[in-house]
Amino acid sequence: MHLHFVDYAIIAIYFLFVLGIGFALRGRMKTSDDFFLSGRSIPGWITGLAFMSANLGALEVMGHAANAAKYGMFVNHFYWLAAMPAMCFVGVFMMPFYYGSKARSVPEYLRKRYDEKTRTLNALSFAAMTLLVSGVDLYAMAILFERLLHWPFGASVVASALVVAVYIYLGGLTSSIYNEVLQFFLIVFGFLPLSILGLRAVGGFAGLEAKLPNAGYAHTWANIWHASQNPMGINWFGTIFGLGFVLSFGYWCTDFLVVQRGLAAKDMPAAQRTPLVAAVPKMFFPLMVVLPGLVAIALDPSLTKYLNGRYDNALPAMLGKFYPSGLLGIGLTALLASFMSGMAGNVTAFNTVWTFDIYQTHVNPGQHDSHYLKMGRFATIFAVAVGIGTAFIVLRFNNLMDYLQLLFAFFNAPLFGTFLLGMFWKRTSAHSGFWGLLCGILAAATHYSLYHYHVITYPSDMAANFYQAIWAFSVCVAVTVLVTSFTEPRKEEELVGLVYSLTPKPRNQDLPWYERPGILAVGILALCVVLNIIFW
Amino acid sequence: MGLDIRWPIGIIFTIYGAVLIIYGLVADPAIFVNSLGVNIDIWWGAAMLVFGLLMGILAFRASRRQA
Repeated sequence: MHLHFVDYAIIAIYFLFVLGIGFALRGRMKTSDDFFLSGRSIPGWITGLAFMSANLGALEVMGHAANAAKYGMFVNHFYWLAAMPAMCFVGVFMMPFYYGSKARSVPEYLRKRYDEKTRTLNALSFAAMTLLVSGVDLYAMAILFERLLHWPFGASVVASALVVAVYIYLGGLTSSIYNEVLQFFLIVFGFLPLSILGLRAVGGFAGLEAKLPNAGYAHTWANIWHASQNPMGINWFGTIFGLGFVLSFGYWCTDFLVVQRGLAAKDMPAAQRTPLVAAVPKMFFPLMVVLPGLVAIALDPSLTKYLNGRYDNALPAMLGKFYPSGLLGIGLTALLASFMSGMAGNVTAFNTVWTFDIYQTHVNPGQHDSHYLKMGRFATIFAVAVGIGTAFIVLRFNNLMDYLQLLFAFFNAPLFGTFLLGMFWKRTSAHSGFWGLLCGILAAATHYSLYHYHVITYPSDMAANFYQAIWAFSVCVAVTVLVTSFTEPRKEEELVGLVYSLTPKPRNQDLPWYERPGILAVGILALCVVLNIIFW
Repeated sequence: MGLDIRWPIGIIFTIYGAVLIIYGLVADPAIFVNSLGVNIDIWWGAAMLVFGLLMGILAFRASRRQA
């Protein structure tokens, strides 16, 4: 791949704009609430697109294109089965507790609902996970630019990490959210022509289907019934319960990276709409990610012509094949934008959890607000520095997505059990949250060790991750229920605003129908069912 | 929050659209063999330009309403 002056100019303009947004917001960061929560002032469509974009890291775009080349349309499950129900659920049922309880972070909600030790356990595990994951985006970007353009690995890591650090340092969460919206549109405009040109090159959908190495590649559901028939080796139970329920709800409903965008919204209806606004583009993203992956494998089934022996090359290889200079600059900018939005999401989530849930709670409480604002800025620099270090850990795993699913399964899967019981069963006692969460994480760790040392085996790493999530979640729920039955429940008046049955429902009657979360969610789910039927 | 995000989006997409259209007009047509013989720079540049101007108009109208 060879770049011309025009491509470099386009990339330079992008850097100028993301930094410019940071500088423009610099003067507005007066309190810690401005920095960490955007002063709860942002309209729903902006937080919604940021919610979508924070999730669009390296793994989303490159990883799912790679998985589409490897596993076929099965990957659509990551967008439909594993996102739509959970995104609707968090918007309609969970956002009222997150936003309404005035918690500043997910761990802070856990302190209100359970107790201090539950919060601390979650804050520590989340902080660790976020730091690891932020390195993934950095690594993916740098290795890509090294392979494609022979830019030195270290230089791309440091340069792009510095840009992210500067714009968050200056403008906090607002800067991250505003840049995510810009990045969202750049990603769409950068990748959409790839699908159009790719589809033309293979002769439309019919041509694509004929050229795929295996007829099952063109179906989302058709091979689900038996593990032996689909390339991932996962049956319907592992897919629906592991991916569609535990991993997906664990991620969308409890991961502070995405929930934080909702907390920045200006009012309750805007907070509830945040994940619903995000769900609409998310639903159509297979068009921009799965399709180029399928085109790549259709044009190069032996991985020798364009892919250079690696599924991970699917998306960049197609950019190089179809994009002329000019558009190539836009395509590479879109890749950069997706890496940066993913990394920035992790950094803002980390600096908030670190400052409020660890530093302010355990290390240095009772300081003036400006002290915590300074700490948030310091944590931003720290997180970026650790992210740079983590970029090298990722080298040990051959598939980026499997690595990330592994981490989610460790921490998110049991956490969803804790939330589900805490929000919807008022009997759940204060102690039980901690023990359930801890045992769930230990169950995930045990399962991982058994799999790693081949005591138990699965047909693919992805299958192992799905089942690990199922075990972690089940153990968490079982232990929480067990401990609850031995301990005192909390007083009901303490749980108002935190538990479903004790909280007045948000009244949305005065909103027009297209702004009511419930109606939007039903519409989104219906559209999603239609897509599943079309691409059965 | 003061800054209307539609301004930077509108401006960057207008610039990108203009750059792509101009480059598509002056570039050696041989480079469009990649894109199946379509001068995609001009077409996609026009799409980005329209989107950029639209965002700019929305931002402008919102700023007038506030003032």
